[in-house]
Amino acid sequence: MGPVKFLSTSVGLVARGGKAYWLWVGVLVALIVWGGFAYVDQLRHGLIVTNMRDQVSWAFYIGNFTFLVGVAAAAVVLVIPAYIYNWKPIKEVAILGEILAISAIVMSLLFVVADMGRPDRGWHLVPVLGHMNFPSSVLAWDVLVLNLYLVLNALVVTHILYRGLQGRSYNQSLVVPLVLFSIPAAVGIHTVTAFIYVGLAARPYWNASILAPRFLVSAFCSGPAIMLILFQILQRTTKIAIKDEAIWKIAELMAYAMFVNLFLLGAEIFKEYYSATEHLTHFQYLFAGVRGHHALVPYAWAFVGCGIVAFLLFLFPATRRNVVTLNLGCLLIYASVYIEKGMGLVIPAFTPDVLGEIYEYTPTVHELRIGAAIFSTGFLIFTVLCKIAIPILTGEFAGTTNLGRPEELHPTPPARGAA
Amino acid sequence: MPERPTDRMPGETDEALGEHALSRRDFLTSVGISLAGMLAGCSSETREAFFQKHFLELTPDEVERRLVRIRDDCDRQFGREVSISALPAQPGVVFGYALDLSRCIGCRRCVYACVKENNQSRAPQIQWIRVLEMEKEKGIDFEDGNPYYDPERVPDPDHFYLPVACQQCRNPPCTRVCPVGATWQERDGIVVIDYDWCIGCRYCMAACPYGARHFNWGEPGLPPEDLNPNLHILGNRPRPRGVVEKCTFCIQRVRAGRYPACVEICPVGARKFGNLLDPESEISRILSEKRVFVLKGELKTDPKFFYFYGI
Repeated sequence: MGPVKFLSTSVGLVARGGKAYWLWVGVLVALIVWGGFAYVDQLRHGLIVTNMRDQVSWAFYIGNFTFLVGVAAAAVVLVIPAYIYNWKPIKEVAILGEILAISAIVMSLLFVVADMGRPDRGWHLVPVLGHMNFPSSVLAWDVLVLNLYLVLNALVVTHILYRGLQGRSYNQSLVVPLVLFSIPAAVGIHTVTAFIYVGLAARPYWNASILAPRFLVSAFCSGPAIMLILFQILQRTTKIAIKDEAIWKIAELMAYAMFVNLFLLGAEIFKEYYSATEHLTHFQYLFAGVRGHHALVPYAWAFVGCGIVAFLLFLFPATRRNVVTLNLGCLLIYASVYIEKGMGLVIPAFTPDVLGEIYEYTPTVHELRIGAAIFSTGFLIFTVLCKIAIPILTGEFAGTTNLGRPEELHPTPPARGAA
Repeated sequence: MPERPTDRMPGETDEALGEHALSRRDFLTSVGISLAGMLAGCSSETREAFFQKHFLELTPDEVERRLVRIRDDCDRQFGREVSISALPAQPGVVFGYALDLSRCIGCRRCVYACVKENNQSRAPQIQWIRVLEMEKEKGIDFEDGNPYYDPERVPDPDHFYLPVACQQCRNPPCTRVCPVGATWQERDGIVVIDYDWCIGCRYCMAACPYGARHFNWGEPGLPPEDLNPNLHILGNRPRPRGVVEKCTFCIQRVRAGRYPACVEICPVGARKFGNLLDPESEISRILSEKRVFVLKGELKTDPKFFYFYGI
């Protein structure tokens, strides 16, 4: 099977679906078009269609970018046990984690593009072609590592699917080193993204060494939360069999991550409130409001509340194994991290600004529409890739029937989930 | 890591860089050809503007061509004839600035003289100088600074005034973070931006502790009759939408031996400017005879903009 056949077979798989599938795809495409028009407007008039101004010069777009880098990095949570410890239940779904990572990275890169004043000059960032300020600029690092991570995951997923469609197992000497490399790379993308903020002495809200660890830990909460919900949807809408055991194990790992997440938040809050220096004002803006401005206060308490409740739900085996409370916990932790690592990370750093001025930011409809289009693009990529991957994972696709059994493949790692 | 001032003037590149620039040019050419179809609908000016190089990589000829292009653009956009230069830093000069807080009366004439001189957008408004009204009781405390003061008369007896613009740091956080090297410190200490290279990511704005960088959120609105036609390519030439701009100590004036517009307009003589390397200059006299301080010294940005109390 050549690349052309691979492509046409994939298209065939994607084009196969029921009413619900096409409705889902239709909604996503409609949102992309709707938001796309908002982006055309932004290209025509400039970023003035947003509510960002000199005082709050990064906001909704960069908040979403940061959150999504975390989601992408969290794929590693599933990859580590699956590939290194050769642990069967999760391996079935590790490839779905990689597909999620691809979708999340594409979304985060699109948010960066949406935030650029001059997207037409994006090529200035390309090494050799442009003029990258490397290694001085952490943003230059981030562009490199994010693209590298995207290529890495795309390579692994494409290879496994390509081989799978041919009815062959993947090439272990190619996949295993790449997957092993993707683990430090996942930690790397999130650390570098955190360092974008940590390195700025001008913004005390970010200039804290605890920020990078908090980034990683919160990603290990939100990323798996999305995965757990997606797995259950896939379990019901496709023939893929994901064992409860796998879901419970992920939930258990999340409980540890949530504890550390809350602990680090508490450590930072203690430091700021007890020492009460001028740096405190940004936390005050977030949690209590400053000089009559409290746009973020309800969101701040929402993220703390959601985080604590989700932790308790995941802490007790009874509630993390119950479908209802498990999903409730997933939604709560997702909401919590989305607020905290999105707008909650970006806006308070700029409020008050470096000269003490308070400009209260809320996103415009244009920003929300563009955001909706980017999320829809990510969901569409995830849907399409799953549509190709799932028949191969389930052995439903002709030609894979004699494969995908772990006992037939050795040595490690077996490829039931991956091939 | 402190950044060393560079002002490799175009053409002055060392050999390694020259080779690098050449291979990049070849690469660009090939990409240009492959993209030619895509851009076939565009005018040759648009194409040239799209594929232009980083300012520090331009040859003297290419600088000349760019000056011509900006002149033509101004002619087309404003119907005005302008003179534009790319005058480089003079040897033996590092500019410094000092502001006498005991004299400043908060009249904001400097703000408007700056806007007029440097062709900032009038709508939406962009101003490079921000004057903060501070309570005398509290001293310099940014949390209580008010940039929107509007009394009948200035100075208000209970307040003093702190004008803030680019502090022209010797160790500028803004140039360090720019992902494409579109902003740098020249040899005479002025931090400049290549408006043709800036991608508008605004990382520099997040990094600046002084709020000195301003973004063109919308299309800059500059009425043709308000255009100051004496331009410098790294200074006050009209800016496009979607790029960052900032104070350049009036690079178009100071490199030609004149004072910045804010120094010239100040009715109380609170603003002092000169060559830090010349021991006889006014700025050097102030540094040796007055006691000066810098804003946010704890951040180690090492500004060349000093404040002092002259009286």
